Amino acid sequence: MIARAVSFWLAGLEARRIDVEAKAGRGLPKFTVVGLPDRAVQEARERVRSALGSSGFSFPAGGLVVNLAPAKERKEGSGFDLAIALAVLTTAGHLRSPDRLRRVGAAAELGLDGRLRPVHGVLAMMEAAGRLGLDGMLVAPENAAEAALAGTVAVLAPTHLNEAVAVLAGTAPVPALPAPASAGGDAVHPDMADVRGQLRARRAVEIAAAGGHNLLMVGPPGSGKTMLARRLPGLLPAPTPGEALEITRIASAAGELAADAGLLGRPFRAPHHSASVAALVGNARLRPGEVTMAHRGVLFLDELPEFNRQSLEALRMPLEDGEVRISRAAGSVLLPARFQLIAAMNPCPCGLYGDPDRECGCAPQRLAAYRARISGPLLDRFDLQVDVPRVEAHGAGGEPTTAVALRVGLARQLLAERRPALGDEAEALLRQAADRRFLSGRGVDRAQRVAQTIAALSGETEVAPDHLAEALSYRAGSLG
Amino acid sequence: MTVLCRRRPGYPGRLLELHDPPAELHLCGEHLELLAWERPVVAIVGSRRAGDAGLGMARQLARGAAAAGALVVSGLALGVDAAAHEGALAAGAPTLAVLGCGPDVAYPRTNRGLYARILAAGLIVSEYPPGTEPAPWRFPARNRLIAALADAVVVVEAKVRSGALITADHALDLGRDVLAVPGWPAFSGAGGTNALLKAGAGLIESVEDLNGWLGLEAPAPGSADGDPVLAALRDQPGYPDELSARLRLSPAELSAALARLELGGEICRDGHGRWMPGSAARAR
Repeated sequence: MIARAVSFWLAGLEARRIDVEAKAGRGLPKFTVVGLPDRAVQEARERVRSALGSSGFSFPAGGLVVNLAPAKERKEGSGFDLAIALAVLTTAGHLRSPDRLRRVGAAAELGLDGRLRPVHGVLAMMEAAGRLGLDGMLVAPENAAEAALAGTVAVLAPTHLNEAVAVLAGTAPVPALPAPASAGGDAVHPDMADVRGQLRARRAVEIAAAGGHNLLMVGPPGSGKTMLARRLPGLLPAPTPGEALEITRIASAAGELAADAGLLGRPFRAPHHSASVAALVGNARLRPGEVTMAHRGVLFLDELPEFNRQSLEALRMPLEDGEVRISRAAGSVLLPARFQLIAAMNPCPCGLYGDPDRECGCAPQRLAAYRARISGPLLDRFDLQVDVPRVEAHGAGGEPTTAVALRVGLARQLLAERRPALGDEAEALLRQAADRRFLSGRGVDRAQRVAQTIAALSGETEVAPDHLAEALSYRAGSLG
Repeated sequence: MTVLCRRRPGYPGRLLELHDPPAELHLCGEHLELLAWERPVVAIVGSRRAGDAGLGMARQLARGAAAAGALVVSGLALGVDAAAHEGALAAGAPTLAVLGCGPDVAYPRTNRGLYARILAAGLIVSEYPPGTEPAPWRFPARNRLIAALADAVVVVEAKVRSGALITADHALDLGRDVLAVPGWPAFSGAGGTNALLKAGAGLIESVEDLNGWLGLEAPAPGSADGDPVLAALRDQPGYPDELSARLRLSPAELSAALARLELGGEICRDGHGRWMPGSAARAR
């Protein structure tokens, strides 16, 4: 008899259904897995054999073939272990509910002792199970909270293979779910009140938060660039439930979701400047990269010129389209990447260029080379550029996050309803700036959008010349 | 390309005051009349690694003197030299560059764009035949030509051992005026200029000082004079936050005012976010 179980594999963020078929036959004892399995799937044979033994089941004596259908897709990972074990148990006659097995998905790794272990991407799999109309999903207890977030099909979270068999056979009650995770996810962001001085930079951060603009901060080490960047997510409105589900699904697919996490808040990703192209945009195994991990949140690139050039250029497509396509041997997937880019850089390699008190030791050629590392097209994609000079660390802290976030929230509502129109005077000023070649073609558009955000921040429905002039003062591309 | 021989018509008489005037002068550019400039000629020289303040000063002095009718001469090196040429060009005036290599060799490469603009609007001069590659020993020799061609030499930023001081020495030997811009004593880029001042050089703090030395009338002042932000920056360059405090303006108001002045070419910012009067006059 051919037994069939249902499982899923993850291509990017999309869970694809896999039918796990098992057939025991006569002949020499041999256990084969077919259907383009990768190394981890091949190794499932050993885990399944041992888990069955530990659970007190005899392994089929003759030949045993497991097929992962559709056969043309290359499968990877250890999430098929449970489905393979259940299909083998059914074909061997230990589990006598083949119809139920076809209606309940299984996504868990097995330990040699038969315990269920968590896998990545369970949230996406639960959503797929809902679309397929399955009755329930067997997952490891560590994945139960995450699975419940999807709110689709019943979550069955046995701790052991024996228990899974009993649940399917109906001889044991469905195990109770762990207490639902706290609505949590509202990561506590540091407060703007901690930032002393830096009025102009604070203002730029506020505008960036209100308009979702990309921001480049230029200043010497220790002037507070990173501090400001880390406070930006706190100014953004909480994600909508749909957005929160998206954010959480991505973290789940990347295996970065804690066992008891609820829906996540807006992410803040700060990859190190040694990050490769694959780490930034996604790798050969179709795992999401940093641009996707930062979806609906902030991607912070500190020491921007230190990033390798290909990595930076690879950011251009996601910046423009809000998504990124990864095409590799394993297939081609489109991943969401709608993030806000915040970058920081020193004015020169030693960081002292222009410092009034200390002397910069950088040779002119080295300075030029440092700045040339950021291509014009990339620089053009920063709507706002602001200098963050080193200041004396005295004076009172500034406005707290709550006060700034209130203005940002109001401005976002205004912008969502209707973007403020450009007044005649503002229009003339913009044309003047374009004529004097202060702005590129893209720059004109960006300056206009920033001016609209500034107008919205002051509650106006029309862009006044002052709004536009302020927007021009943050224009990017004037690196020395 | 033109060659002028010593003791032939057209050879600039000022060079004959040198004890070793070059036998031939190689020129690139059409404006040969610049060699017979009748109004004052000022050389503006200084460090190749000058800071933004020094570069801004060089640009401002060159622009102001050129606008008042002086011919600006320098050596097309990085830093102060380039800023001086740029300042003169920004005033819509010609400028003369004396090279330490063949007049057709655009060196240093960074200044290729500037070289092309001087070629169009000014004159490139060298004592070396076309195609001569730059060599370290040719640059100090070139400095004596700069000094000889000028009525006055302004040193903007120079360390204690700087090529610009060689130019000043030649100027002194030739009886030209030697002028210097003072600097903060602890700043190494002020060592050379302050030493010149101590030895009796004329002190230059502004375009007015320079034009006074050259005997030139200042042209009509700029248009946005009534602007309080511009007035404050003329008083003292500063960072936006500090200016907000000084002028009692919100960051938003100040940013708008700064952008307007920058658009009008009245002010520029250095690489550190400090604003100052003057125009950036970028090559691109």
